[in-house]
Amino acid sequence: MNTFQQLGHNALTAFQRLGRAHLFLFAVLAGAPSLLPRLRLLIQQLFSVGVLSLVIIVVAGLFVGMVLGLQGYNTLVDFGAEESLGVMVALSLVRELGPVVAALLFAGRAGSALTAEIGLMKATEQLSGMEMMAVDPLKRVVAPRFVAGVLSMPLLAAIFSAVGVMGGYFVGVGLLGVDEGAFWSQMQSRVDFDEDIMNGVIKSIVFGVVVTWIAVFEGYDAVPTSAGVSRATTRTVVYASLAVLGLDFVLTALMFGEV
Amino acid sequence: MQNTRLVETLVGIFVAAGLAALFMLAMKVSNLNAFSDVEGYEVKAQFENIGGLKVLSAVSIGGVRIGRVSSIDFDQEDYEAVVTMMIDPKYNRLPTDTSASIFTSGLLGEQYIGLEPGGEEAFLKDGDNISLTQSAMVMEQIIGQFLFSKASEGAEAE
Repeated sequence: MNTFQQLGHNALTAFQRLGRAHLFLFAVLAGAPSLLPRLRLLIQQLFSVGVLSLVIIVVAGLFVGMVLGLQGYNTLVDFGAEESLGVMVALSLVRELGPVVAALLFAGRAGSALTAEIGLMKATEQLSGMEMMAVDPLKRVVAPRFVAGVLSMPLLAAIFSAVGVMGGYFVGVGLLGVDEGAFWSQMQSRVDFDEDIMNGVIKSIVFGVVVTWIAVFEGYDAVPTSAGVSRATTRTVVYASLAVLGLDFVLTALMFGEV
Repeated sequence: MQNTRLVETLVGIFVAAGLAALFMLAMKVSNLNAFSDVEGYEVKAQFENIGGLKVLSAVSIGGVRIGRVSSIDFDQEDYEAVVTMMIDPKYNRLPTDTSASIFTSGLLGEQYIGLEPGGEEAFLKDGDNISLTQSAMVMEQIIGQFLFSKASEGAEAE
């Protein structure tokens, strides 16, 4: 009987957390317009969420693009179709790898930092202190971080894809001797702006919302001890990565699955 | 104060870099700049079989792309495929007896419409029909014919 009780208790706790997370999201969204007169807060967060993630995104994008160029060339050259290398690199980056890998890196680089920061603020009772001074921590602390994350993600994904295409270009055209004109012209004739690039941007916006939401919620909802904050940080990375990969399948099925 | 200015500048650079990347993807990687909102004049042609031709396939003359396929329909009276092509208006001196054939680029590549200019004095206008057409070559039919002729050769030899 005790096992059943435990099971039910766990399920109810999970549902309660899920509900709290959604109510929290609505509260943050409702607090977002109050950012407008205080843009400085947003810029500060754009710096720590977006600019500081830039290095890892650029380096990762470059290497992912270079590896795609190498592997794609090895496969395509057997069919005498190495001119299609540009198409392959660009489509895989713009549709899938750009948004997904950028979101995974973003969860690891910026999401964990957001959770740890907000969790520590809670553990050291800075959030309660703000409430005592009649400052709403949702508006002052959480909303700028959330909006900054949502704004940064599409930009980071676009940078990732662009740098990756350049990486594929360096390897394909520079090292392996694919014809430069064919590389770009085939890419331009096959990659569609609405169909491929805009869908990639929509994906990255969705990922930005989900990753940042999980990060700020886990921080805000952390058990206010050092162990609790560390658990919350781990949960952010795990949940955000799983959510990104799962949502990617759903979004891909909706956008590209013409079955 | 110096510090906030640095932060603001770096954020500005970040946003600008993101937008520049998006712009590069749009212009350099995708086909946004080429024939995306096609302006031009329409020419129709009927084919018995269009093979793997698709909307947006290229229409070229002498290897130069001058337009794209804008729609494909099926005529239920003649039982033929009707292909509408959108031709770039700067190429407005195509004779009325121009012929259209469906070719494949490379052995397994995409299919496109190749135009062959004729000798008439009058030029094609918006809404005109190309009457001289040649259907796509369907690989299975060619292989079938080849096998058939080989088999009949063998029978004659015996």
